[in-house]
Amino acid sequence: MDRKKITIAITGLNNIDSPGPGMPVVRGIKESTIFDARIVGLAYDHLEPGIYMKEWVDKTYMIPYPSKGKEVLYERLKEIHAKENLNLIIPNFDAELFSFIKLENQINQLGIKTFLPTLEQFEERHKSNLPEYGKKYGVNIPKSEEAFSMNDLTNILRSFTYPVMIKGKYYDAYKAYSPEQAQAYFSKLSAKWGYPVIVQEYIDGTEVNVIALGDGKGQVISAVAMRKQYITDKGKAWGGVTISDDSMLELTHKIISQTKWRGGMELELIRTADSKLYILEINPRIPAWVYLAVGAGQNLPEAHVMLALGMDVKPYKSYDIGKMFIRYSWDMIVDIEMFSKLVTSGEL
Amino acid sequence: MKVNQSIAISENGFVFNPVTGDSFTLNNTGMQIIAMLKSGKTIEQIKEALLSEYDLDALVLERYLQDFITDLKRNYLLLEE
Repeated sequence: MDRKKITIAITGLNNIDSPGPGMPVVRGIKESTIFDARIVGLAYDHLEPGIYMKEWVDKTYMIPYPSKGKEVLYERLKEIHAKENLNLIIPNFDAELFSFIKLENQINQLGIKTFLPTLEQFEERHKSNLPEYGKKYGVNIPKSEEAFSMNDLTNILRSFTYPVMIKGKYYDAYKAYSPEQAQAYFSKLSAKWGYPVIVQEYIDGTEVNVIALGDGKGQVISAVAMRKQYITDKGKAWGGVTISDDSMLELTHKIISQTKWRGGMELELIRTADSKLYILEINPRIPAWVYLAVGAGQNLPEAHVMLALGMDVKPYKSYDIGKMFIRYSWDMIVDIEMFSKLVTSGEL
Repeated sequence: MKVNQSIAISENGFVFNPVTGDSFTLNNTGMQIIAMLKSGKTIEQIKEALLSEYDLDALVLERYLQDFITDLKRNYLLLEE
């Protein structure tokens, strides 16, 4: 079968120790039997490794940080589209999603497809909104409160027992064993990610995750459960194994069917000793371990592209249990000319 | 008690619980005990079988066997019926 030629722009090329999902998404798409994809990388930093991985990313353009505002981003996307004639954009960072969701109609009017959660879906699963989310959809959420100042934090901590989790608005989380530690982490996280900082009850148990893709109509197109086997000091999985846990998949179906989730998502869960599942976070995008799902038989990035293009997608019904991923690092050797070209022209 | 049906045990003693993602390794005696549990033998029968095969003090065996059974239960490899 002739594969359909398509040009897809992808962010999250930061394949570093706390990796973005871009490269594994590219890998899934490049392995597609349906699409023959030209990949256009969209990068925020000149040293995002994916920019230089020419066997995967055909061309890369620098784009402005989300803090520059969505209009600046839109203008840059228009410039890139004029050169590349993009069919689809897949944003992969939490921090940029708000801008892309806000720009979705304008981007679509340019003829570029997207497949993003709605603003309501995106907002209601924010860490700070999770307790409400838990009540609304009947799922277990650890007690969480948001702190906007050191005073807030002091007051909130009075109703928590230690240890307690202190979490950044978008990323990063620390376990604090005392008010002093909590204050130090609060300062660190607010400086990096802004406010609010989330104070969350610490739940002891095993960290498990689900990657899923919702079709926006309540149907789960893909879902794979994973147990982290090796966790880095940044809390990222460096190794994991697919598991067969019906309760995790039932929870995923419950959430996607109730919220009619549109696009990729990751459920970060804790299973306690008495087998209760708590949702720690709902990430509104494809996670960096997506290639495990591909390796286990569900090419979620390919299904994502199909949904975005309005094609019929049959939901995956099973995946291989006991498939593992083990991440590794690899030094690329790159000529300084490539770097200088990117820095001076904004593209490579 | 019964051995968790969903676990996979390879010939070299590697045990994988596909529900939790935990993995373990068993020595030959451990594999032998699991095999007897799977075949429906009671703890008493397993004790007798091991005593007849190995030169062991019955009290020492009992203690080791109980420890092993507790480990199996704690890791969901052995389930209460």
